[in-house]
Amino acid sequence: MRRSAFRRSRGDVPFRFASTGAGIVLLGIMAAIGVFLIVRAVPALQANTSHFLTEKTWNPNAVEPVFGIGALAFGTVLSSFLALVIAMPVAIGVALFISHYAPRRLAAILGYVIDLLAAVPSVVYGLWGVVFLVPFMRGPSEFLNTYFGWIPLFGGDQVVGKSMLTASIVLAIMILPIIAAISREVFLQAPKMQEEAALALGATRWEMIRMAVLPFGRPGVISAAMLGLGRAMGETIAVALILPATFGISFQILGPNGNSIAANIANGFGEATDTGRGALIASGLVLFLITLVVNMGARLVIARRKEFTRA
Amino acid sequence: MTTVQTGIQPISTSRRVKDRIVHVLVYLAFAIAVIPLVSVLWLVIKNGMHRFDLEFLTHSMRNIGARDAGGGAYHAIIGTLEQVSLASLIAVPIGLLTAVYLVEYGSGGRLARSISFFVDVMTGVPSVVSGLFVLAFWILALGMPFSGFAGAMALSILMMPVVVRSAEEMLRLVPNDLREASYALGVPKWRTIVKVVLPTAFTGIVTGVMLAVARVAGETAPLLLTVFFTDSINNDPFNGPQMGLPLYVFDQAGRPTDTAIDRAWTGALTLILIVMLLNLVARLIAWWRSPAKRGS
Repeated sequence: MRRSAFRRSRGDVPFRFASTGAGIVLLGIMAAIGVFLIVRAVPALQANTSHFLTEKTWNPNAVEPVFGIGALAFGTVLSSFLALVIAMPVAIGVALFISHYAPRRLAAILGYVIDLLAAVPSVVYGLWGVVFLVPFMRGPSEFLNTYFGWIPLFGGDQVVGKSMLTASIVLAIMILPIIAAISREVFLQAPKMQEEAALALGATRWEMIRMAVLPFGRPGVISAAMLGLGRAMGETIAVALILPATFGISFQILGPNGNSIAANIANGFGEATDTGRGALIASGLVLFLITLVVNMGARLVIARRKEFTRA
Repeated sequence: MTTVQTGIQPISTSRRVKDRIVHVLVYLAFAIAVIPLVSVLWLVIKNGMHRFDLEFLTHSMRNIGARDAGGGAYHAIIGTLEQVSLASLIAVPIGLLTAVYLVEYGSGGRLARSISFFVDVMTGVPSVVSGLFVLAFWILALGMPFSGFAGAMALSILMMPVVVRSAEEMLRLVPNDLREASYALGVPKWRTIVKVVLPTAFTGIVTGVMLAVARVAGETAPLLLTVFFTDSINNDPFNGPQMGLPLYVFDQAGRPTDTAIDRAWTGALTLILIVMLLNLVARLIAWWRSPAKRGS
């Protein structure tokens, strides 16, 4: 080590080059994903005899291919939003529990328990969903349909276990850890001085959290929600096992309808022809763009907050 | 954190009730979050133990119909191990070097900022999209066959951002004094990085890599599109379809017989054991980490 002090740093240039190169490779991969998906999607889109964005059926393997993203995109967005609505209150509760309620010594371990939820592979959630949750949900679904059927969401004549609601619950379980983890981090960063000031003024713990922690954490929680949304949209296998894979647009989340872009790719890939694969890639491109927008939005919110708190 | 009540003025009932309600709700939220975890683990262990035997671990599914009992996941375990190792071989060097660039060379420049931003965005790329990309690029455009290596490439795309983020965090924790001391001795920058910075951050980086491996080991969707299926043992990850453990579970879960569902549960148990083991090892390494140890 000492001797190298007298040498010109011959290794510096290649090392700098390699590490810069690795970074550029990463950017290149992101660009390549977009480019190759477009390249492979275009021939299939040209063969399509219907309008890709509005058509609801999916029949790209026919002699005259007819397919569109309409029903799939709808299913993706609906299931993800439902999952978000289910997961958000629980995730915020969990984050508050670990950051402000649990005993200090236990908090780290309990946080780890929640992280374990994220470590369970999605295919295992799928299996659990099909074998356990689908039959289990029949009862609650019927209850919702009977007593809350007047809400369009729970309406409809047919109630099944393999429904949008069941899929959304599984999705909610899967995105809960990431939302909880990020929210926990921002809650922990809330200024201690303000918390203590609030308590010193006689605020109860909830009032302290409402005045000092939640306003501070809001942007972080919003971006966490968006990241969770992005993840829910891209989730494939669990949804593919649970959703009934029909093509139609319906808000009746208890009925036998629903599909998503990712699930359709997993289900349709096996028997897809050339055009069929192109069509699936086209749908994947749409999914990529949607998640890209959601994720970039989330990151921009975080970045703005960072600048704000550091200034 | 407890509210100290002085004798000055008691807190009004409505405020106290509200506080209690929130208190209960927060505890309830945690309980609700733990229920699915317990349920999943319990069912996987209960149903998975049924077939968790030597035959399962040492046999493939060759010549075994959906209704037959027996059969195993040996081919899938081999496939998963090979695919995940290959994916790590691709993702770890690129990820690590990118992290080095971001921390040591980039210093907030425009390129560094855009790389950093897109690493974050890359974290959100759906796994099925990375599979589609390898399908479009490697299999359809270049005409390569389905193979374990194609799957490894798809997995490496999912690994990279995780490796970059965790390594970057660890490198930033290395105190600047160490770097400056090394420069003061006349050590060139790259040797400082290789001999001082990386060893100091070593355990942290290993933890990050293990967590990344654990994350991709359970991915199914990209394998479905790039590795395809097989019931036979294929030890060569560069030629022909392979199997992966997640793929095996998906495949068996889709078959409507009890014997297949049993195999799916046992596959899930094996998969969870592997993933949890990786997680545990990663946490243990992080636990033992201490600044005094040199690490390498």
